[in-house]
Amino acid sequence: MKRLKNFLFLLALIPVIASASEEGPPLDKAPINLSDHESLQRGARVFVNYCLNCHSAASMRYSRMEDLGLTENQIKENLMFAAEKPGETMTVGMNKKDAKAWFGSAPPDLSVIARARGSDWLYTYLRSFYRDDSRPTGWNNVVFDKVAMPHVLWSLQGEMVPHYKKEGDHEVIDRLELAKPGSMTLAEYDAMVGDLVNYLTWMGEPAQLQRKEIGLFVLAFLAVFFVVAYYLKKEFWKDIH
Amino acid sequence: MSAMQKLMGWVDDRFPLTATYKAHLSEYYAPKNFNFWYFFGSLALLVLVMQIVTGIFLTMNYKPDSELAFASVEYIMRDVDWGWLIRYMHSTGASMFFVVVYLHMFRGLMYGSYRKPRELIWIFGMLIYLALMAEAFLGYLLPWGQMSFWGAQVIVNLFAAVPFVGEDLSVWIRGDYVISDATLNRFFAFHVIALPLVLIALVAVHLVALHEVGSNNPDGIEIKKKKDPVTHIPLDGIPFHPYYTVKDIVGVIVFLMVFSAIVFFGPTMGGYFLESNNFIPADPFKTPPHIAPLWYFTPFYAILRAVPPMFGSQFPGVIAMGMSIVLIFFLPWLDRGKVKSIRYRGPIYKIMLALFVVSFVGLGYLGLLPPSPLATTIARTFSVIYFLFFLLMPWYTTIDKTKPEPERVTG
Repeated sequence: MKRLKNFLFLLALIPVIASASEEGPPLDKAPINLSDHESLQRGARVFVNYCLNCHSAASMRYSRMEDLGLTENQIKENLMFAAEKPGETMTVGMNKKDAKAWFGSAPPDLSVIARARGSDWLYTYLRSFYRDDSRPTGWNNVVFDKVAMPHVLWSLQGEMVPHYKKEGDHEVIDRLELAKPGSMTLAEYDAMVGDLVNYLTWMGEPAQLQRKEIGLFVLAFLAVFFVVAYYLKKEFWKDIH
Repeated sequence: MSAMQKLMGWVDDRFPLTATYKAHLSEYYAPKNFNFWYFFGSLALLVLVMQIVTGIFLTMNYKPDSELAFASVEYIMRDVDWGWLIRYMHSTGASMFFVVVYLHMFRGLMYGSYRKPRELIWIFGMLIYLALMAEAFLGYLLPWGQMSFWGAQVIVNLFAAVPFVGEDLSVWIRGDYVISDATLNRFFAFHVIALPLVLIALVAVHLVALHEVGSNNPDGIEIKKKKDPVTHIPLDGIPFHPYYTVKDIVGVIVFLMVFSAIVFFGPTMGGYFLESNNFIPADPFKTPPHIAPLWYFTPFYAILRAVPPMFGSQFPGVIAMGMSIVLIFFLPWLDRGKVKSIRYRGPIYKIMLALFVVSFVGLGYLGLLPPSPLATTIARTFSVIYFLFFLLMPWYTTIDKTKPEPERVTG
């Protein structure tokens, strides 16, 4: 009986260890809405203007943005700066060796970054850069300590500085505060990052909306098939007792 | 005689078509009291076929090359017509194969389906399970993501723990000193050709052995003992076709509804079927902070981690993990109970089986977590229960108070 009690006690502890294994600062919820084409288009624009200079999205074709309600001409004129044909993928001119020498590590390809990191992480990360003069770039990040990427969007967000609080015997970052405003208000900046992350989430799997749409038809078909099969089985089995 | 009958006659003179059809379908008499748990055998067969068909189509666009593999999977996901569907069916199929097989094996435990005269069915089944684990492990390297790479690294390194020959053995498996292009190429060959052939052959002998002795049932009694004196058909038996074919169709549809819900609405299953780290290309210079195998291996992984290193070697843990699977093969001889089915077993077996299930699921859960002292303590407790379930079985099944079995099958 004592054994059983110990055993049940151990069982009760399982959720405790699970929560202890989660780490890192809390993440903000990204405002994801994949059916909002305007948000996705705005996000695509930010992406090609700010991200696509260093980061590639080598699995993503420009022409796929037609799924966002854009025409081929609109894509060519507004979103294609580094490619000739809409069928090309989003590559960058910078080669990996140079990039490694300049930044310390090559900027990762962003095709599936939203699937690897999660939308919430990206949304928090892009809003968590702060001034840190001890870093070679002058920037650091709350969710990605000692990150190699400088704060590319700083002219929009402005400069954030950390406020510390005491936790035990060492100081931790409590919150970031705006020291020098950028060209956007913080609310505008959050909305823009929201659009960008929305786009990155869509780009991680462009088929995802189509997938869910088809899924409903598949389940509806199976539901009808189930009724037929159920009565067929009942009919065959009515003599078996 | 109609043209059809003539054609059948012509074929039957040259190949036992009608005889085979009768022996395995229309005159294979299965007990009439199969319940919910008896759906999973035919479902496992369905998933096997699905994996082979989707696998063939994936192979048409996948590139087994460490430079191209990761991008070729994304090419399938974006540019190949219905590629995303084929890929998700295959990745979901891998996990669902294990779901179905685990439930199928648990059915065997509950109703004593491994007992005499079905020992060989059980052994063939266990070999299928082993081949399936190998197939899943090999296939998981192919997307060439971070988890593919480091998962394979961890598992192959287990072989390096073998005394004396370990290092050479692991190099021989990888074809290199680290997981590399050479490893990817050979894993691809084994995944798409060697193991599928082994699996199909094993499934065939599993079914031949089953149809030779006949199916067990939830009462654990032999229906062949009570036959109709004239027709010699078991009184409690019904032809597999059409009765169980129409019944299994219902099971197939319910299964496909669950399967489709995953494929279309949550193919990553929150990271359990497709891990988020595997969307980062393999990088031999960046070890992820936490490497966990996919959920279907975690019970054994937890046993491996529960055993402390001895004499500076991980080998005892590897042995324990190996033994945890080898012991299952011996079930037909470890079980000395007077009855087969849990319906007529005594309380001891029921408690042991419940403890075993809790331990197995608990170990599976713990294997997903990063190691911690508390998790290790719990994993050790569960591991001990896991082994005692098998090692004490000859004793507790003998002393257990059983109920009398019925003469004929019950509802």
